Amino acid sequence: MFRFDNEALGYKGVTVLNGISLDIKAGEKIALVGESGAGKSTLLMALQSRYRDNSAFIPQNPGLVRTLSVFHNIYMGSLNRHSAFYNLLNLIKPKKDEIALISPIAEKFGLIDKLFTRSGELSGGQQQRTAVCRALLQGGDAVLGDEPVSAVDSLQSRVIIQTLCDNFDTVVLALHDVELALEYSTRIIGIKNTQIALDAPTSSLQRSDLDFLYTA
Amino acid sequence: MRPPAVCSAAILISSTLLKAVSKFPSERTVSLGFVLLSVVCLVFADLSITTLDPWTEMQRMAMGFVTADFFAVTNIGRVIIQTIAFAMCGVALGAFFGFFLAQVFHIALVRWSCAFVRAIHELFWALILLQILGLTPLTGVLAITIPYAGICAKVYAETLEESQPDALAVLPAGSGIVSTFFFARLPDVWVHIKNYTSYRFECGLRSSAVLGFIGLPTLGFYLETAFSEGNYSEAGAMLLLFYALIASLRFWLRPRLLGFYLIAAPFLLGEGSSIRFDNVIRFFSSDIVPAPLRNNDLALTQTWSSFADWLQLLLVDQALPGIIATLLLTQIALVCTGFLTLALFPLISDKFFGQFGRTIGQLLLIVLRSTPEFILAYIFLQLWGPSMLPAVVALSLHNSAIISHLIGRYSNSLVLRPDCPRGLNLYGYEILPRVYGQFLAFLFYRWEVIMRETAILGILGIATLGFYVDSAMADIRLDRAMLLILITALLNIFIDSLSRYFRSRLRLSQQVEHG
Repeated sequence: MFRFDNEALGYKGVTVLNGISLDIKAGEKIALVGESGAGKSTLLMALQSRYRDNSAFIPQNPGLVRTLSVFHNIYMGSLNRHSAFYNLLNLIKPKKDEIALISPIAEKFGLIDKLFTRSGELSGGQQQRTAVCRALLQGGDAVLGDEPVSAVDSLQSRVIIQTLCDNFDTVVLALHDVELALEYSTRIIGIKNTQIALDAPTSSLQRSDLDFLYTA
Repeated sequence: MRPPAVCSAAILISSTLLKAVSKFPSERTVSLGFVLLSVVCLVFADLSITTLDPWTEMQRMAMGFVTADFFAVTNIGRVIIQTIAFAMCGVALGAFFGFFLAQVFHIALVRWSCAFVRAIHELFWALILLQILGLTPLTGVLAITIPYAGICAKVYAETLEESQPDALAVLPAGSGIVSTFFFARLPDVWVHIKNYTSYRFECGLRSSAVLGFIGLPTLGFYLETAFSEGNYSEAGAMLLLFYALIASLRFWLRPRLLGFYLIAAPFLLGEGSSIRFDNVIRFFSSDIVPAPLRNNDLALTQTWSSFADWLQLLLVDQALPGIIATLLLTQIALVCTGFLTLALFPLISDKFFGQFGRTIGQLLLIVLRSTPEFILAYIFLQLWGPSMLPAVVALSLHNSAIISHLIGRYSNSLVLRPDCPRGLNLYGYEILPRVYGQFLAFLFYRWEVIMRETAILGILGIATLGFYVDSAMADIRLDRAMLLILITALLNIFIDSLSRYFRSRLRLSQQVEHG
């Protein structure tokens, strides 16, 4: 599904991660863990730019257009399914069909009464949930999420991650919450000092096996 | 021998300034340099008052405002509506074309073309179009549309470029450029574009009013008549109505009404002579061809030597003195604008004045910035006679009102410590140091605008480039007029790039409204 072979990864010409070799197979549910700044985002961005065609992306900044409504932000996940003309009509006046399609998704994540509110007026958690809805509507073989639940409570976090796992075959999520990582993933990749320091099936790991990633 | 003396003085000063500092000078040094340069310019500028009794005339004019007679102007409603209609059509088309040009602004040819068309003032465009299309509504509309398209293209393109929306990263592959643009790029900058375009419309109203001075049926036409006949009550009424029109913009320029305005405007432009195609053809095939080359054998050396004479005469006798006068006036007006701004902006700042004082200040600034500099200059010219003085005063008042408005608003956003000093100490120690960078940035932005206006004021009889253009037009020597306009445009582009150079070297960057 995804593959890196001894590669240097970075952004804007600055290398952040060195000598990365990685092979992610279809169907794996992967949690990326490590201290903030370790390079989880860099790895996800590299995956996203290379495998954009068949994966949905939830960036850390939720990637919303602040002046557009929740409805339109979610709809953006399906821009490639319609003609430009249809998209423009729907931008000017939301189509009934699209509202019918998007409402249940928004409903599930408690956004239904905010459907026509500008996304810029939402709380951080609501914005994050909007981004998740967009990724769900977009669909595809894989979802890449960069801290997709950092601003929502633990109950909702579980609903979101479970839904992502149910709807996408392959899941790669950067998570700062180690409990969640152990709970939902089949494989954990730990990053430390710009290297992959840990790569093992979750079933073989315990909470304490991850501690070394967070100590100097 | 004035011109060479001015040149050598300017060269001397700039070279000393450049030699004096190895690294790029500070804001302070640059400011001082500009002030010194303008003092030198003052020596060579003619600032005399030639009218016999300017004060009595001024009192009569002031009385005109007090005794404004709104019923003296026949068809005043029609005048106002036509002024709005020309602005509406001109700006709408300009913004429309500007928007499309902004999408291809990365193409060098588009960028240069836009820089070129906006370097030519709308009045010059009107003078040119008058020769091609005659006195028709289309002339007035295009005179606004052409330069505004160039300005809008630049500003829209910059706005789009500065926004790098996060949403671009998450769109599904294959979303298409049209959908991507309208969903992820445009919504992000829509407010800026909307605000800028409505600001442009305000400028368009001023442009439209001024176009009356060359014969279009807008406010300027009737204003000039009233002034020249000494009907100051009538002129006062028209000006007051124009201020009211601009001050109330946000009440009547509503998004919901825009469609109606846009449909109605083309039908309210009034009538003009019909366009004659033989005129159009003659303009391009014969009128603008330099006279010595017209109907002469281009193979003969004699043709070319007379062309060389033609060119030399034009450049030495008209272009050169025109350029020198334009630059002199520009530098003086720029520095005066600066000083006046520093004096005016506290009037609307909550750091210095209470609600009452600020309201008075706002009113003063609105009047000064709503009156086109062309009309201000015309009024002062009536009062003081032809010299550079009316132009300097008009340009400084109008431009400083615009910058003061922005700086004053900016000073209101500053948060000061509770025990900060008051009065002049507050001004000198707390406020001025904080707003000075902004102030210089705005002033440098206005530099090129001031130059463009300076050139155009020649039409009123001040010996800047516009004077020679206007004279050539009046003599129906369009070949000369076109070359002089070309020179004016190049000079403007030069000032614009010089301003950009200073701004980037002083690291003055600010998203500002361009004028």
